[in-house]
Amino acid sequence: MSEVQLKKKKEELEEEHPMEHLLRMERMPHIWCPTCGIGTAVTAFLMALEKSQIPLKDTAIVSGIGCTGRVAGYVKLDSFHSTHGRAIPFATGLKLANPKLKVVVFSGDGDIIGIGGNHFLHAARRNMDLTVVCVNNFIYAMTGGQCAATTPITANTSTSPYGNFEQPFNLPYLAASCGAVYVARWTALDVRRLAKSLTEALQKKGFSFVEIICPCSTLYARRNRLGTGLDLMKFYHDNSVIKHGADLSELDIGFQSKIVVGKFIDRERPTFIEGVNQGLRGVLKEKFVEYGGPIDDD
Amino acid sequence: MKADPKRVLTGAHYLDGDHAAAEGALAAGCTFVAGYPITPSTEVVERMAERFPRVGGVFIQMEDELGSMAAVVGAAWGGSKAMTVTSGPGFSLMMENIGLACMMEAPCVVVNVQRGGPSTGLPTLPGQADMMQAKWGSHGDYELIALSPNSPQECFWATIKAFNLSERFRVPVLVMMDECVGHMTEKVVIPEADQIELYPRRYTKLSPEEYLPFKTGKDLVPEMIKAGDGYKIHVTGLTHDERGYPVMTWEAQEKLVRRLIEKIRLFKDELVDVEEEQTDNADVVVVSYGISSRVSIPAIQKARKEGIKVGYLRLIIAWPFPEKKIYELAQKIKGFVVVEMNYGQMVLEVERATKGKTKTILVPHGGGWVHEPEDIYKAIKEAAK
Repeated sequence: MSEVQLKKKKEELEEEHPMEHLLRMERMPHIWCPTCGIGTAVTAFLMALEKSQIPLKDTAIVSGIGCTGRVAGYVKLDSFHSTHGRAIPFATGLKLANPKLKVVVFSGDGDIIGIGGNHFLHAARRNMDLTVVCVNNFIYAMTGGQCAATTPITANTSTSPYGNFEQPFNLPYLAASCGAVYVARWTALDVRRLAKSLTEALQKKGFSFVEIICPCSTLYARRNRLGTGLDLMKFYHDNSVIKHGADLSELDIGFQSKIVVGKFIDRERPTFIEGVNQGLRGVLKEKFVEYGGPIDDD
Repeated sequence: MKADPKRVLTGAHYLDGDHAAAEGALAAGCTFVAGYPITPSTEVVERMAERFPRVGGVFIQMEDELGSMAAVVGAAWGGSKAMTVTSGPGFSLMMENIGLACMMEAPCVVVNVQRGGPSTGLPTLPGQADMMQAKWGSHGDYELIALSPNSPQECFWATIKAFNLSERFRVPVLVMMDECVGHMTEKVVIPEADQIELYPRRYTKLSPEEYLPFKTGKDLVPEMIKAGDGYKIHVTGLTHDERGYPVMTWEAQEKLVRRLIEKIRLFKDELVDVEEEQTDNADVVVVSYGISSRVSIPAIQKARKEGIKVGYLRLIIAWPFPEKKIYELAQKIKGFVVVEMNYGQMVLEVERATKGKTKTILVPHGGGWVHEPEDIYKAIKEAAK
């Protein structure tokens, strides 16, 4: 390469990333492996964040532990990296303390559905005003590829070396049955559809849930001889089926089976805060003092 | 900063310790309580559920104590003075996120109305066997503060003090009650709001460009912001630098953990809170806390009648332990008698603090009932030899 070409290349490389203003660039490079889908999921989320026009100042993001648990650390919002499985209750406290906040939980399947499953059920039941984004890579990746509550039957993991024989969760079905008001699933390949869905989820009042099927080439794909992350993207391309409003009971994901994606639930019901405030006002009348946010708010 | 009169139930009341702790929390400006029902602490959250909608505040009954404690840490960062309330089994479940509160330096209060253990133990009967768990229960190295009131009146003040200390030091502060103190009903006088001094949250005045969330001055406690203030901070349970960003090196670990420890240890003298009586010329000093301190009194009186010079020292702040105070006394007396409802917890601290200068006799009790004063009296006699 000539001097001039090199200079041009350098300028290109120094060009600002379109999402830079929403990322903590001083923390780059991130920890995710090449061809991991989490970065794509974050990009789609940032696109949604811009599109939804929610004031960034009033938006907070909470993660738990795991590969996706690192998302909060890279997004330039008030961001909290909490304990394993407890992102949802942490976010619940944050939201209730300061109801003007838009609070997003961004974490993985092991965190939100495995160890944190109970909180997921109850937050959906309460219709807590949270957007929960769950990156599902079918495996505990951060710890080296162990079996998860989402691992498809027969898939090989480090703790199911002869294959997994436990029934995995069907996340949209679970979320919907607990009362989520918005439920969608996309793969990391569907960036635009995913971004649109995340925009809707962010704009929705109450408990909105988006599952993102995501390639893990280092562990899931390698152990199961599925190629690289790129091969998994190709697999999603060939095998995901868009079916809005699909029968939720038919959304199970088998080993290398068809993956039904789309928006499955979009409904209205009072959020936790609305329900409690309306209920208390109804009973206590003028004696009810609504909590509106931090007392010493300036 | 004074308490808000709308939140202070000024007057003389007949309250149990649990209810008095709830009123203390309200007076202290608590606006968020997350809890899970557990005997013998439930009355605290029941009262908060009743009182909050009339004064402004949120009570949420969580799905478990893991969630309660996590929600409290979240609420603290959302700008609330936040509290949770529990007993032994729930306290065990809270340990992970008590550690998170230490690491995130989230000011918050945890009330533990202790019952007999281990495991489910004695749900309706007293214990004082969570005292070491209070100090060491979460993994890793950290410091926090624990109080131990011995009457409903003191439950009111201890809870206010717990909130104030949590704001001053940015640590979780534990109020280690016991079932007896929680369920005994006595006169509780709640003063006018202007008689209640509150420690305000240490919000920064720096701009977002200047502010580093974990940079500290001389007292080693960083200034805070709340989510939504526009600072776009990052807060993590991982070892982090002054920016709050994870750093996985021993140097960062040393710097952070040392500060988390020293922000309490260097101010230990400020944190001595004991009730002392006739310790000056004592030959024997009875050390106790919570309900055990009240059971010790008839034994002390009986021994004094017989001419034994017995002093009384009650731990109001149990952690950090007032080791200097104990060492000073150890050099002058024949022995300590430690009365506690367990098989030897705070007694280990007393022994440590004496540095071999005097003997220490434990009067243990497995919990479920209070000590027989006679057993304490016998130990005093033994110590006086």
